[in-house]
Amino acid sequence: MSATATLPPAAMLLDSEEGSQYLEISMGPHHPSTHGVFRMNVVLDGETVIKLKPVFGYLHRNHEKIAENETYLGSMPYTDRLDYFCSLTNNWGYALAVEKLAGIEVPERAEYIRVITAELTRLQNHASLVGFLMQDMGASGTPLMYAFREREKILDLFEALTGARMMCNYMRFGGCRCDLPAGWLDWAKKVVASFPKFLDEFETLLVGNEIIMARTQGVGVLSRELAISAGITGPMLRASGVNYDLRKVDKYGIYDRFSFRVPLGDHGDVYDRYMMRLLEMRESLKILEQAMKDIPEGPFTDPKTKVRNFRPKPGEAYGRIEAPKGELGYYLISDGSPNPYRYRVRPPSLINLTVLEDMCLGRNVADVVITLGSVDIVLGEVDR
Amino acid sequence: MVGSGILKGLAETARNFVGSYASEERMTTVEYPEEKLPRIEASRNFPFLVFDGDDWHAGMRCVSCQICEKECPPKCIYIEKSTDKKPDAVGKLQNYPARFDIDISVCMSCQICVEVCPFDAIKMDNAFEYFATDRFGDLVLDKQKLSRSNEYYHQIHPTEAANVDAELAAARAKAAPKPAAPAAAAAAPAVAKPAAAPEVTASTANKPAANDPAKESNG
Amino acid sequence: MTLEALAALKLEIEKNVPGAIVEIITNPSVSAQHSLLIDNAHGLAVAMFLRDAPELKLDYCSNVTGIDWPSREMTEKTKVKKMVEGPDGPVEKLVDEVRKWTTPAYLEVVYHLYSMTLGTGPVILRLRTGDRGENVQVPSFYSVWRSCDLQEREVYDLYGVIFEGHPDLRRLLMWDEFTDWPMRRDYVDPDDYEYEPTAHDEVLTRAKAHYPAAAPAESGPAEDNA
Repeated sequence: MSATATLPPAAMLLDSEEGSQYLEISMGPHHPSTHGVFRMNVVLDGETVIKLKPVFGYLHRNHEKIAENETYLGSMPYTDRLDYFCSLTNNWGYALAVEKLAGIEVPERAEYIRVITAELTRLQNHASLVGFLMQDMGASGTPLMYAFREREKILDLFEALTGARMMCNYMRFGGCRCDLPAGWLDWAKKVVASFPKFLDEFETLLVGNEIIMARTQGVGVLSRELAISAGITGPMLRASGVNYDLRKVDKYGIYDRFSFRVPLGDHGDVYDRYMMRLLEMRESLKILEQAMKDIPEGPFTDPKTKVRNFRPKPGEAYGRIEAPKGELGYYLISDGSPNPYRYRVRPPSLINLTVLEDMCLGRNVADVVITLGSVDIVLGEVDR
Repeated sequence: MVGSGILKGLAETARNFVGSYASEERMTTVEYPEEKLPRIEASRNFPFLVFDGDDWHAGMRCVSCQICEKECPPKCIYIEKSTDKKPDAVGKLQNYPARFDIDISVCMSCQICVEVCPFDAIKMDNAFEYFATDRFGDLVLDKQKLSRSNEYYHQIHPTEAANVDAELAAARAKAAPKPAAPAAAAAAPAVAKPAAAPEVTASTANKPAANDPAKESNG
Repeated sequence: MTLEALAALKLEIEKNVPGAIVEIITNPSVSAQHSLLIDNAHGLAVAMFLRDAPELKLDYCSNVTGIDWPSREMTEKTKVKKMVEGPDGPVEKLVDEVRKWTTPAYLEVVYHLYSMTLGTGPVILRLRTGDRGENVQVPSFYSVWRSCDLQEREVYDLYGVIFEGHPDLRRLLMWDEFTDWPMRRDYVDPDDYEYEPTAHDEVLTRAKAHYPAAAPAESGPAEDNA
């Protein structure tokens, strides 16, 4: 393979029109701030970014092609590995698309379990994202370690329920793989009850901090119009002031039963995007409390749906959910065989990177780092 | 006042620092490997084959139906059917795997083999302290290395194992009254053995098991 | 969107974009997400209309998908009444008639459109290329929705659809020197076989080609094990 043959030099000088020189640097793929193997070709005029081209594909494994050669069930564990921070929401998105395609009803208890696991996923994703963002700003470790301490409690819950901390492979078409184990709900209630205390601490630590405000406010501004046109979704879209949360718009699952608010930003800068995550965690806690109170007894999966030899009728369906990073969609085409004819993932992380250059132009390199940090990407999903 | 936010944050870190020595909820670090957390019952790592009784070969529940081989997403299981038969867990005469290999460097611990197995023959282990120096010798486990007793299964997943035992006992009670019939019934679905696949698997028979979880305590 | 609503939308498009040829593609599955096939010449105008029409406001292009439809042999058996020479003269009889045809080969691009302002959707647009060889051009919607930027590049990268009007049509996930289209149904993996102890199916066939003596060395080829 010739992938290594044309690796550019890490930095080179380009002649500008005015006779001075621009510096082109290659940030990544092994750069501590790129959250994985992601590369940006940045052209600098002094300290100022005048051009930024993201380079993708270092983690590309053609997830979609693999899924076209697998059974419908066989793709489920691969979806864990898209956004490996949020395997349960990935599972849900895929299960939702298949349920739309095949017309499967999900029992009520399973819907509640899905909401509980998805909101726990959102909590741990947002907590660690804020930690990572602080890490990018130079707060070496402290906020990140606090976030990871809490995240570990949620991952323990996932392990007790699904058997794995991160690669959960838990949801099935028409429900979940297994019921909640005895005592799980009380344990989860305890974790959720202790979470606001952590959030209070976290906010005392971060929100009033003058350095953070100076570094984030007015940086990486994304306008409302561009955000809509570029298909930005999730907290990043709402930070730009667009009220579009699929939990409210589509009301998939049973989200119409819970009362929660959608936090909205005003300026669309890094500060708003980071506050969006802190506020959304509070709302997730509200949903969790309601869901854990109301969860009914009953079957946890649709008994009519087969695990093996699952063949939906020919047709197509697009299902989407509000994953912690944005709209996660799955587009499936069935030709009646046990494998999907076409399987497509709409990755929120990748599409949110569309506007990376627009947000970084005119800023300096240190701002590029935190702007990228505030987008919240996971390379497993960007490159698929 | 400029700087008050930073001072507040520093007070918070100080509280956490002191708390990490004194407060129970902040003492989250465990000095592994001297100290270990209790294992969570549902946790899974790699599959193993369950056998009943003392003899791993005679008691092996697997009847080499090859469903797990077909359903395994990364295709890490390799099975060859036996030509002769032996009684399975319920007492019917069934094939057994002449060869059953799992390449655990390919396995992604997704548990789908466990879900699709109709004979409760393959289950997930939770031992994680593996090491290996030889990619093909140590990481491709043959059926002997994969075998674990039902007692071991009870030890790591007590709730699940009790359910499985109850189901198996019911199936045995159903099969017991007419011992002659099941043998004929079992013979019928046994399909012709597929053409022997070429030998592409490294022989691992003489190597000691990479890890013997029976010797380890759990927790 | 129901079929009736889609038919109304089709009329609306044909009224506002003169000359546009719109066809409703029905979806037989329970999801009932029917779609509109747009001709390439008027694709951009239709997209502009859908985005700007005040009662539609489809300002958000969520998902761009490429699909490969190679030519397939189709057979259909039908019972046809025919006069057959019997022992007592011609008799009417049901005879099996086998109809064979091949489906046209093309690449398809599917756009899922929503409205963030109105909270409606999805409206699904389809564009088709002429064939899978030379005529693989479709109009790019980059100028209508910025979200098509990376997604159209991805479709180009994996399927080889050329989006006319895309300002930066480069490979996205594969490296620049790569020449094939990996998501097409007839794509053949390069033969860079790696020794795999539990070979299956295609891998097994390839293993045979690389190790014709059926059994490779005790623990794999030396270069892999070194």
